Amino acid sequence: MKQKLNESTEWVSDRFPLKKLWEDHMSHYYAPKNFNVWYFFGSLALLVLVNQFITGILLTMNYKPDAELAFDSVEYIMRDVNWGWLVRYMHSTGASAFFIVVYLHMFRGLLYGSFKQPRELIWIFGMLIFVCLMAEAFMGYLLPWGQMSYWGAQVIISLFSAIPVIGEDLALWVRGDYVISDATLNRFFAFHVIAVPLVLLILVFLHIVALHEVGSNNPDGIDIKANKDENGIPLDGIPFHPYYTVKDIVGVGVFLFFFAAIIFYMPEMGGYFLEHANFIPADPLKTPEHIAPVWYFTPFYAILRAVPDKFAGVIAMGGAIVVLFLLPWLDRSKVRSIRYRGGIYKKALLLFVISFLGLGYLGTQPATPSATMAARVLTAIYFGFFLLMPLYTRWEKTKPVPERLTEQPSIEEKIPEWIETYHEMTEKQEVKAASGEKKIVTRPNPSGIIAVLGRTVKKLINSLN
Amino acid sequence: MTNEGVNHAKRRFLTSALSVVGAVGSGYLAVPFLSQMQPSAKAMAAGAPVEVDISKMEPGLLIRVAWRGKPVWILNRTPEVLQTLTTLDSELADPTSNESTQPASSKNAGRSIKPEVFVAIGLCTHLGCSPTFRPEIAPPDLGERWKGGFFCPCHGSWFDLAGRVYRGVPAPTNLEIPPYKYVTEELIVIGEETEEAVA
Repeated sequence: MKQKLNESTEWVSDRFPLKKLWEDHMSHYYAPKNFNVWYFFGSLALLVLVNQFITGILLTMNYKPDAELAFDSVEYIMRDVNWGWLVRYMHSTGASAFFIVVYLHMFRGLLYGSFKQPRELIWIFGMLIFVCLMAEAFMGYLLPWGQMSYWGAQVIISLFSAIPVIGEDLALWVRGDYVISDATLNRFFAFHVIAVPLVLLILVFLHIVALHEVGSNNPDGIDIKANKDENGIPLDGIPFHPYYTVKDIVGVGVFLFFFAAIIFYMPEMGGYFLEHANFIPADPLKTPEHIAPVWYFTPFYAILRAVPDKFAGVIAMGGAIVVLFLLPWLDRSKVRSIRYRGGIYKKALLLFVISFLGLGYLGTQPATPSATMAARVLTAIYFGFFLLMPLYTRWEKTKPVPERLTEQPSIEEKIPEWIETYHEMTEKQEVKAASGEKKIVTRPNPSGIIAVLGRTVKKLINSLN
Repeated sequence: MTNEGVNHAKRRFLTSALSVVGAVGSGYLAVPFLSQMQPSAKAMAAGAPVEVDISKMEPGLLIRVAWRGKPVWILNRTPEVLQTLTTLDSELADPTSNESTQPASSKNAGRSIKPEVFVAIGLCTHLGCSPTFRPEIAPPDLGERWKGGFFCPCHGSWFDLAGRVYRGVPAPTNLEIPPYKYVTEELIVIGEETEEAVA
């Protein structure tokens, strides 16, 4: 039996580099040994991609891309198809999960300078994946043919018409009709299930090929290939398989815990993952009272609304994505990781995160004058983070970068410290119970809590320097 | 492979000639591929005119009909409304409709063939949402300045009851007026231009 197996493996190896591929990309791909929690999101994005493919294929078996039938076919999937509700919610929740995971994955890049030389192309491929993902999500959202599907698509396609001269014709060409109609639905279906997923797969492949060519970055942002042993293996590297495959399985477990909780208990996420108005069939004669895109588009939508001019608003929204592509060339700092960068980058990054989250919130709210003003300030911060980067990263005072990867205290090592903090924040008191027995109870200790809070705040402020 | 006796100039010429033919061929093939995403003959034919009977319309009533898949509003304006419209010019972005789209017959103060009957395409000129009909004067949510009109819930554009856009809102122009004509006193056809241009 074993010999048979060996023979057949040999037969394949003579014709296909199976062993070489496995070694190059798994068992002999040396990744830095100090990956932390931020490094889970790449493999999780891959997991969600697989989820979207499988559930998507199942949904196409019962969905009808026809303006007359689409809404009812989705309800049919939800009510009459065996486990249809589960597959549909896995797909719709998967879309939101994809953006959560990808936004965290991109933020990891900002933290540890993973976009910097020599990983510019990895970042560019990743950004193209992000753009594809937005196209995929936007077109997928039209398919249920609810009110929000219809009017969301109407607003977004109208953005094209803001382009001078060719805009109107371009919008007409995209819609294939004078308004969003059956023709639009049918072509969005084609793009959503065939065209964009294919491009997405190719880009993911390129993203990983480029990554494995230059090697993974790490939380210290230093090159592990600079220190190799006599066999040419990086001293600070460990083989991806089994070390990181096993580590990623832990991440998958934690992710699936939350993913399942959302699918089973709050698949609509209070109107953020699936909006309420989308449970009403599309009505071309009536716009819902309040329309907002799904949460993952709201930061960009808020930027669009913050600009008072129609065309300039579209430019600003597009520009908010274009500047992300330019990131590797905007950042002039000598070091990659936030651990060794100057305080100015940390503060800029903090402001950027605030502006991104703030814009995301404002994008879900009606455009009142004060909300618009806030959106303008946050838009300025958003662009300031990128456009001023060549200046402030040049001036920043970086810290000395270590020669080899540093060791961070593990959770186990931190536990005694946490226990001590807990004792500091509480005090034991002796009380007499009604029966006359003496009992020792633990009460919060105000002065201890204040001391701990004070130290934490001080530590946070210091960490920004 | 040997390069002896090779005519390089000829080889270069053939390579570039083939590239050019290939590029032109791809260009030709792109035409049907891109053009098939244009509206089909059926979609264009669906733009047929729509007849609307307005004999039952009471003053102040708004009805919605679909023409080319777009909402078209027909509003029977009261004399009070027509009176109010004349007082708004200073607050409007384009009171004389010079920048806006309408047939010549509707390029007047009330933007209609007959003053009392207002016909417009009910899509905001900003990003295409359908504004809400709000005929009441100074409701609490819109404030004292509101004299009755159409309010776009998407991005907050204001239009008066002649579809004219207010200043300082996202929409750039007045609501579009479709071509329409009176067949009789009580029957309108939307989608056909009236012959007699009103001066």
